Amino acid sequence: MIEANALRKTFNKGKVVAVDEVSFSARDGQITGLLGPNGAGKTTTLRMLYTLLKPDSGGIKVDGIDPTAEPLKIKRALGVVPDSRGLYDRLTARENIRYYGRLHGLDRATIDRRIDEFVRVLDMAEFIDRKTDGFSQGQRVKVAIARALIHDPRTVLLDEPSNGLDVMTTRALREFLRQLKSQGRCVVLSTHIMQEVAALCDRIVIIAHGRVAAEGTADELLARSGEKTLEDAFVKLIGSDEGLLA
Amino acid sequence: MMAVYIKELLDNFRDRRVIINTLILGPLMGPVIFAVMISFMTRQATERMEAPLELPVVGAEHAPNLISFLERQGVIITEAPDDPEAAVRQEVEEVILRLGPDFAEAWEAGHPAPVELIADLSLRYSGTTIARVRGYLGAWSGQVSQLRLQLRGVHPDLTRPINVQVTDLSTPESRGGMVLAFLPYFILITVFMGSMHMAIDTTAGERERKSLEPLLINPLPRWQIMAGKLGATTSFALMTLALGLVAFVIAMSYLPVEDMDMALNLDLRVAAWAFLLCAPAALMAAALLTILAAFAKSFREAQSYMGLVILVPMIPSFWILIDPTRTVTWMTMVPLLSQNVLILDLVRGEPMNLAWVGLSLATTGLAALVLAAIAGTLYNRPNLIFTSG
Ligand SMILES: Nc1ncnc2c1ncn2[C@@H]1O[C@H](COP(=O)(O)OP(=O)(O)OP(=O)(O)O)[C@@H](O)[C@H]1O
Ligand SMILES: [Mg+2]
Repeated sequence: MIEANALRKTFNKGKVVAVDEVSFSARDGQITGLLGPNGAGKTTTLRMLYTLLKPDSGGIKVDGIDPTAEPLKIKRALGVVPDSRGLYDRLTARENIRYYGRLHGLDRATIDRRIDEFVRVLDMAEFIDRKTDGFSQGQRVKVAIARALIHDPRTVLLDEPSNGLDVMTTRALREFLRQLKSQGRCVVLSTHIMQEVAALCDRIVIIAHGRVAAEGTADELLARSGEKTLEDAFVKLIGSDEGLLA
Repeated sequence: MMAVYIKELLDNFRDRRVIINTLILGPLMGPVIFAVMISFMTRQATERMEAPLELPVVGAEHAPNLISFLERQGVIITEAPDDPEAAVRQEVEEVILRLGPDFAEAWEAGHPAPVELIADLSLRYSGTTIARVRGYLGAWSGQVSQLRLQLRGVHPDLTRPINVQVTDLSTPESRGGMVLAFLPYFILITVFMGSMHMAIDTTAGERERKSLEPLLINPLPRWQIMAGKLGATTSFALMTLALGLVAFVIAMSYLPVEDMDMALNLDLRVAAWAFLLCAPAALMAAALLTILAAFAKSFREAQSYMGLVILVPMIPSFWILIDPTRTVTWMTMVPLLSQNVLILDLVRGEPMNLAWVGLSLATTGLAALVLAAIAGTLYNRPNLIFTSG
């Protein structure tokens, strides 16, 4: 459960307003999608959620935990697949994932068990013991997801997870995210691809120019805009169709 | 923290190029250069001292006595080239002796007879030869003046009001210490080189591969992540230091030191002391380089900063080389300088002043900890985390 309340973040001494009064909530057992064009402020919002950036103002609560008061506790509660998914290419996929397990303070047996699980669920058997040098985008994303979720977090944040993935891998990824949801987790993902939220998300938060343009289920958004298709609804709610039609 | 430490070591040990460069070539380079340099220098010096001296002479016929004296001393008198100045300038000859017709005249008249040595004093290699020629000329001049005084019934000692004797207290070790003057520089540079790659890889490298942001999301205080990285870098630096010192000990044992009448006081015991002295410098180097590299966005950018920083350990070393002075207490409190002076004392075979060692360890350790603490705060700055935008 995430509650974001009037988040605001500026860069370059206030000259660039990246996120302006963004409020939304994401519930457990649901997939919440942050939808917005490039530069809308999705990554910045997520970075504030996973405490890498401090908001200029506004508050966040994850499962009731306040990140400013308990930054480490909130990091334990979150599993994050950020924008940058750099792996250590001299280490194997397994070693990459194991490293994050150790950083979370997990013991060896737990880590190995969790890795075996991911190998099965994410279909990684073929490359799990290969050095990650030369991995394809899809393989990288899988490793990044596995290492982010090694500690079995209740809340999962993903920044543009399907970036650079082919159709088959995207389908597998969506299937995996639905599994997370059915396990009762709170899943938040950002994307600029409208079809993705339409296919996957229970709740949609539309962000444009650093502000929340609209929030609700697909049906609510349709009703509010008075349009017939989601596509038209989004265009109307954002005020333009820039960058949303993949 | 341990997880970061272990991972960084594992990660870097996987890179064969790093291992070869920092753990093999790095520590070997110093001793090899050093050994080659020293054996070359000493061979040259002994050759110059002992090789028969060939001396081209212009106008030998004007001073047959002098010439036969020189020949009796084993000097080989050769025909001088037509243009002696040009020959010296073109470095065909080192020294040419010229005796003009006025030599004989002055000689007959009992005036000081002019003898001209043509040489280029700015050529350092000719110094030994000039000194030898001057020595022979001085000896002959002394002989002649004694004869002249005796002929007039004056005791020659009258012209020698004092008799200077130098009692040389230098020991073979201390003479060896002169040769080892470069050693502290090589040792310190090894430490800096040893930590350089790792400092870059763990910070700028992490940014370049875009793995820093995900790393910092882990539930670990940021200073601990930095501490793990620093620890790994310091371990690497210590490893290179140890290997470098051992390589030095081995290389020095192959030098023909007895021929030079000196002893190189560099055994494993001295190496162990040097290791102890330089250990805090390793942390200092690691922290300093890590701080710099953390500001760089890529490997290359970091490397370009490093080029300059590598000069830092050279400053005190060169200062000592240019202006050698006795070790005094304040010197042992300046990081990098203290390692220099104390290692020099060590190789000169002087007893270790434990208070100085303590001061050096304490001050360098303190500087290292301050730098490490600064490094620990670096990852709290957002602009050092994000690769772009
Ligand atoms: N570290 C930073 N320094 C300066 N400006 C920044 C920084 N991070 C983000 N911005 C600015 O904030 C705005 C929002 O950026 P953000 O990365 O959050 O967008 P986004 O919605 O994730 O876009 P995309 O779909 O391209 O990933 C942009 O105008 C960006 O230039
Ligand atoms: Mg983004």
